[in-house]
Amino acid sequence: MNALPAAVPITWYLALSALVFVIGVVGVLIRRNALVIFMSIELMLNAANLAFVTFAHFLNGLDGQIFVFFVMTVAAAEVAIGLAIIVNVFRLKETVYVDEVNQLKG
Amino acid sequence: MIVFFFIAFALMLAGCSLMVVLNRNPITSALWLVLGFVSLAGIYLLLQAEFLAMVQVIVYAGAIMVLFLFVIMYLNLKHDIDDGLQHRMRRLVGWGLGALLLAEAVSLLRRGWAPGPTAFEPPNGVWGNTAAIGRVLFTRYLFPFEVLSLLLLVAMVGAILIARGPGGRKGGSEA
Repeated sequence: MNALPAAVPITWYLALSALVFVIGVVGVLIRRNALVIFMSIELMLNAANLAFVTFAHFLNGLDGQIFVFFVMTVAAAEVAIGLAIIVNVFRLKETVYVDEVNQLKG
Repeated sequence: MIVFFFIAFALMLAGCSLMVVLNRNPITSALWLVLGFVSLAGIYLLLQAEFLAMVQVIVYAGAIMVLFLFVIMYLNLKHDIDDGLQHRMRRLVGWGLGALLLAEAVSLLRRGWAPGPTAFEPPNGVWGNTAAIGRVLFTRYLFPFEVLSLLLLVAMVGAILIARGPGGRKGGSEA
């Protein structure tokens, strides 16, 4: 086993961020349940947040953290609207599976 | 030390993300996502972003995921499987954890403790980055911050209007 570095290098954080983002993309692509697709989008947002915080830490700045704060607020707004839409779609179609919702007219 | 913490949190985050995507039951997915958000908060702590770690737990793991779970249960997609073994095991684990917590509380109460200093003393005189974030947020980013409040208002009104649906119009016109 090779020796661990004293501090976590920036590439590890970025690799983790990329990994979580890819998992989120795969989730959006392979799942049909609109709620799980939404959760995968949250995963992607969080991966981007991790990249922001990483760079803010390694550049000794605070702007990245402020951006993460903004992203979290926008995510909260997005979740509220998105879940309202899902509830409405469920009322109209009795389903949350995205391939059964294939026309705009209710 | 930090490296070990990072590896632990990273494995937890990656595993939880995978479970979110691969799990069949949306409620289970949501609970895995909560655990993943908490481990991400741990990574934020390692990156010295304490304020964001707290916001991550409160807003994401708290508010957003509660909203998710509420909607999942409201839509009543999947009934919980209450077959014999799983149910009995869950009950056993629940009682076991409760007993453990009770034992912990009893042992804590029996011990007796000396009152600590009343004022909180930060280690090494470092106050963390919350004050610094507040200073930047309310000076340089004041305008975006205020715009954000407008965005939340719009989202709230929009969510109420959309979720009320076509059937709920009558109640609104009476008011």
